Amino acid sequence: MQNDPLIIAGREFTSRLWVGTGKYKDFAETKKAIEASGADVVTVAVRRVNITDRSKENLLDYLDPKKYIILPNTAGCYNVEDALRYARLARAAGVSDLIKLEVLGDERTLFPDTAGLIEAARILVKEGFIVLPYTNDDPIVAQKLVDVGCPAVMPLAAPIGSGLGIRNPYNLKIIMEMIKVPIIVDAGVGTASDAAFAMELGADAVLMNTAIAGAKDPIAMAEAMKYGVYAGRLAYKAGRIPRKLYATASSPIEGML
Amino acid sequence: MAETIQIQVNGEARACRADATVGDLLRDLAIKTERVAVELNLEILDRKDFDGRSLHAGDRLEILSFIGGGAPMGSHVRERGFVHAE
Repeated sequence: MQNDPLIIAGREFTSRLWVGTGKYKDFAETKKAIEASGADVVTVAVRRVNITDRSKENLLDYLDPKKYIILPNTAGCYNVEDALRYARLARAAGVSDLIKLEVLGDERTLFPDTAGLIEAARILVKEGFIVLPYTNDDPIVAQKLVDVGCPAVMPLAAPIGSGLGIRNPYNLKIIMEMIKVPIIVDAGVGTASDAAFAMELGADAVLMNTAIAGAKDPIAMAEAMKYGVYAGRLAYKAGRIPRKLYATASSPIEGML
Repeated sequence: MAETIQIQVNGEARACRADATVGDLLRDLAIKTERVAVELNLEILDRKDFDGRSLHAGDRLEILSFIGGGAPMGSHVRERGFVHAE
């Protein structure tokens, strides 16, 4: 599938699988898994530099910024103020204006606080950020995020790290039909078929972290996810057959004895 | 011996020279300035101003960078986050 780029806010992305960089054993494993996934977008969090132990390596020493688009996130922020602070710090750290915006509403489910999310998105868009919001599978909220200027929307498939797969394909489908900007299914996939399913529904990309990093063999799973996303995208573009209750023979009756 | 002042860096008390700038402190800590964000008393500094901003007693400095993460790892991340560590 050559020449099938994903375009968001005028930027071209070659991979439709985006990956997080958390929860790996070490940076070497992170790097290998990302390479195996074929992803060109990697998400990172913003945290305090360890000033007591300067021998610690930095993740970005392992990820060539020429090869990967670094997408900072506001992971761990539970209110608008914190999310704005982290987004501004991420930009000050000098990667780009891209931000994966998370405003979480609850620690147990990590579901987004969608009211706070819309508010934070509105402010950051005005400040010139390219805001990619992590949101619920709610079409109305998705539309509001587009209305405040988000050039893509990232609805969840299931709670972050749950591996439950696509819990509400119908809502996601409605989002994909209603919303005119790219849709990136973010969070909740467990295995390659989940990623394929998201793409078959019409998602423009899938973002995941735990499903790869938490697998027994993260590097093999990263590769599986690459093919899952690829197969799902191809199937979506090919157009599946309608579901029917009864059989339709594949072989002709003519010529039978 | 130069005069020293007490400041807070990433939530921890630290002494530094009374005439030190943010840039001096980063060099003392062996922190490369690319891909680092610095917040001085809640004001985010432009990288080009690091050497021009002098430190004063009681200043609260936050030095941040990127780490692995794509999904929050539950409540312990929240405890580690610098906003909540205070």
